[in-house]
Amino acid sequence: MANSSRDKDNVAQIVRALEDKDTNVALEDPLENYMVLNMGPQHPATHGVLRLLVKLDGETVVECIPELGYLHRGYEKIAEASTYMEFIPHTDRLDYISPIANNVAYALAVEKIAGVEAPPRAQYIRVIGAELARISSHLMAIGAMAMDVGAMTVFLWAFREREKLYDIFDLLTGVRFTTSYTRIGGVAQDLTDETAQAIKKFIDEFPHHHAEIMKMLNKNRIFLDRVVGVGAIDAETAIGLSFSGANLRGCGIEHDIRIFSPYLVYDQLSFDVITEKEGDCFARYMVRMREMLESVKIVRQALEKIPQGPIKADLPKKVLPQKERVYNKMEELIHDFVIVNDGVHPDVGDVYVTTEGSKGELGFYIMSDGSGHPWRLKIRSPSFCNLQALPYLVKGQMISDVVAIIGSIDPIMGEADK
Amino acid sequence: MREKIEEKLRAAFGESVVSVSEFKGQVSVEVKRDVIAEVCRFLKEDPEFEFSFLSDICGADMLNFEDASSRKAYLAVEHDYRPEEVPVAERFLVVYHLTSIKNKERVRLKVKVDGDNPVCPTLTSVYPAANWYERETFDMFGIVFEGHPDMRRMYMPEEYDYYPLRKDFPQMGVPGSIPLPRK
Repeated sequence: MANSSRDKDNVAQIVRALEDKDTNVALEDPLENYMVLNMGPQHPATHGVLRLLVKLDGETVVECIPELGYLHRGYEKIAEASTYMEFIPHTDRLDYISPIANNVAYALAVEKIAGVEAPPRAQYIRVIGAELARISSHLMAIGAMAMDVGAMTVFLWAFREREKLYDIFDLLTGVRFTTSYTRIGGVAQDLTDETAQAIKKFIDEFPHHHAEIMKMLNKNRIFLDRVVGVGAIDAETAIGLSFSGANLRGCGIEHDIRIFSPYLVYDQLSFDVITEKEGDCFARYMVRMREMLESVKIVRQALEKIPQGPIKADLPKKVLPQKERVYNKMEELIHDFVIVNDGVHPDVGDVYVTTEGSKGELGFYIMSDGSGHPWRLKIRSPSFCNLQALPYLVKGQMISDVVAIIGSIDPIMGEADK
Repeated sequence: MREKIEEKLRAAFGESVVSVSEFKGQVSVEVKRDVIAEVCRFLKEDPEFEFSFLSDICGADMLNFEDASSRKAYLAVEHDYRPEEVPVAERFLVVYHLTSIKNKERVRLKVKVDGDNPVCPTLTSVYPAANWYERETFDMFGIVFEGHPDMRRMYMPEEYDYYPLRKDFPQMGVPGSIPLPRK
């Protein structure tokens, strides 16, 4: 009954239009309309609280708009009221998959503006920590991406390896997850022989498990069909969108900040910059896989070359004293009190220091007014910038490819939302 | 590096280049607000520089930066705290970090923006990546980028009334400014 009345309306409309030459006829056809799909923020395949508004034509993505801010904690505002030391634990919560890499990046930025340099042993320990964090982060990225396209086993294998890494972090820093390991001018604890043995055991065994994952995925027809040629981006667009890290190297650009502007002791270690030409999800996956082996190479060299010596710079006005001396010596107690309460006083000015974080170019821009607090601290988070390319990557792809593309970009929302 | 940039920019833009400085080995160039897009395009397209990668854009509130006695006051946490007077001339700073992948160099550009009418030209036509950076700066400081295709807030809710990273915004936030969702 309803149908026939609508037909009657349509007919009446057409007749009216025919009588008047200037009117256009627009009839609603439900099959020709776009559908808007809301993915997230509570969606298991969006890696945290990422929300996507996806406009679909059938199953093809016409447009995609990411919405951020569900995990915004205002870290840049918090930084303005805390001393340089106090902010270190907050850096753990940025990219919570590789906290040591963030600690290192922040410590380097503060050291640059305060004019402190960590002793060689501390620098080697930092390199080892940051590279282990990179392996941990890449394992997470690959495991989660494989699970999103249906390979559950790889996810479990990757997490088995990450569990070993967490045990190592526990030995090295005293905690498994939120490490807060670096100090301005050094690191919190020394690398013991026991820890060095545990790391050595891990890097000896890891290539074998790495090969297992490669074998599982690289000839897996289902996996290849889901990622090869999906979400491709060319080099020029990628640079224009400030893609960085493994994602940019997946487009064939040899840009690695460890080579670009060497920090710590990377210039004394030999490793290759991994690139792949295609720029699709499979290329990004391959860059991450191969980079893990380079990290193993770096850690092995660092363990061999690591010198003996102090783990904190000898600058009492700027670097926290060792805890055991604080309890026994008057001067150390005074310095500890002053540094904790008043903070490091860097020169008035601003610096921008970047490191090659696990996700890409991780930078800290610090503007100092000479007091113990940063006047302005800007976090250049790689996940934020990489996510910006998502609408370009998913355009024209199928809705089921969106999860594979998100997995291949490897965003961490703690970092993207700050 | 510093001399080369100073010489080339002064030749091309003359008076619009306010100052060139170096701190801890990093070069900063302050330019007039209106020419920022042209300066960036120049640095991007000049074959000697090729700053093709925009690392970052951020804002900074320089409210009473020079005045040491009042500085402590801005760390007050009470929500009813209001500064006695807010100077408006050249209150904000917008900072751009450009990277040249080919030459392995970085440069920092700075632009001063007034407090009463915080507008700045957009860079989206030069670097597509500027889109989200500028939205973030707008969200945190209320600096409007003229010509931006999508000037919405990045993190905070659309209907939020404040700009959190301004120095006169209290550390503890403003109670009731983010209403709970209706049941």
